[in-house]
Amino acid sequence: MGLTPAAPRIASRVPNLPLAGVVAVTAIGPQAADGTFVVDIEGFNGPLDLLLSLLRDEQLDIYDIPVARVCEQFLSRMHELKLNEAAEYLEMAARLIRIKAQMLLPRKDGDDRWEDPRAELVRRLLEYQQMREVVDVLEKLGEDRRNRFGRTFMQQAAAPPPAPLALSLTDLLVAVDRVLRAASKPAMHDVVPRGLDVDGAMQTVRSILLLRASVRWRDVVRSDAEPWEVLSGLLALLELAKRSELHLTQPRPFADVEIRRELAGEAA
Amino acid sequence: MNSLAKLLEAALFASPRPIPTEELAALEPEASPAAIQSALDELREHYDVDGHGVSLEDVGGGWQILTRPEYTEAIERAQMAVRPARLSAAALETLAIVAYRQPLGRAEIAEIRGVDVGAVIKSLHERGLIDVVGRAEGLGRPLLYGTTDAFLEQFGLRHLEELPRVDELSIALRKSIPDGVAAAEAPVVMVAAHEEPQLA
Repeated sequence: MGLTPAAPRIASRVPNLPLAGVVAVTAIGPQAADGTFVVDIEGFNGPLDLLLSLLRDEQLDIYDIPVARVCEQFLSRMHELKLNEAAEYLEMAARLIRIKAQMLLPRKDGDDRWEDPRAELVRRLLEYQQMREVVDVLEKLGEDRRNRFGRTFMQQAAAPPPAPLALSLTDLLVAVDRVLRAASKPAMHDVVPRGLDVDGAMQTVRSILLLRASVRWRDVVRSDAEPWEVLSGLLALLELAKRSELHLTQPRPFADVEIRRELAGEAA
Repeated sequence: MNSLAKLLEAALFASPRPIPTEELAALEPEASPAAIQSALDELREHYDVDGHGVSLEDVGGGWQILTRPEYTEAIERAQMAVRPARLSAAALETLAIVAYRQPLGRAEIAEIRGVDVGAVIKSLHERGLIDVVGRAEGLGRPLLYGTTDAFLEQFGLRHLEELPRVDELSIALRKSIPDGVAAAEAPVVMVAAHEEPQLA
């Protein structure tokens, strides 16, 4: 069979592949004592890779895999490579053992329905091998392209740090003085708290009501009253109404409010 | 060179990525597609015949001015530009599968490679070499991946058809479609190969 061993390619593979399941393997020397050829391998790309390289090294027919032999070698290679932990390799080992067992089952001669238990494995191996050829093509194409530079965005070179300032303290103080002079005087605004005089307003209202039985808003609050006086007046009216000292009525909406002395309050 | 060719040259020089012919046409609305094409031919010939350190290439669905490979080493030695890092073997294997079988899901890739491919897919996706192109109909509606224009550019390909056909590879393999991927979605490049593969 013409499966040429491709050991150099395997040996040249990049170690420490960033791939789950690939176990970094320390290189092991050729081991010719028992006739098994062991190549220096930095790492395999999975059980199919290992199996394929095994078939290649042994120059075995991929269409007629001697499963018992391959299974044994796979296991021993796994052991040598300390791949015991890798689940994917274990799964392949289990698969090989199962195929080996199936091959041992007796079958009638000329049974057309017998399906080679190795068929699925062969299919996967061929598929994998085909993919590896594509990898070679891609590797070549990628390498060709890598060797050519295209235009890229220029990284703006970082500007050199500014030269240190040569300044004296006098310079600084002069600058501060200049700034202070230039700055216009800020407009200061004093905010003075001015309390409402509700009690005072209540006295005013009471005294007005003593003179007249009925008054209007305008009589209580002067027209030129400041906001605090208006508020005080309003609160005083409400407070007095609450204490039933006066009566507030409005004949219709937006009409003047009528303020009348409360008779009951007067009595009390 | 005529002025159109010069304009295209300037645009290609300024652009950090390959520019498709249609986009080049937008530079000069007056120019016919034939005029653009002949200007491109003229520019390419200008680089090739007069002998320039760069050449005009049609990659990844667009035009790009690239340095000639013979000067790469000197440029890199002088640290004026750095070649991009090589892809790992795992990444290449995964890309090869996606390129030939797209669209396909993570499970099918893992099936072919015989190992889990989650991390590789993530890194290829981050590098923009593959992208999600849809979802399969099967259980869980898994994401389907395909290659991108960046993939074509990285491998200097005009289009996927430039990859060798499966029957041109030394190992021919009967067409096999992974479970869950409908026949209609079978890759364009993947052609039915010989029923009985011939090994030399």
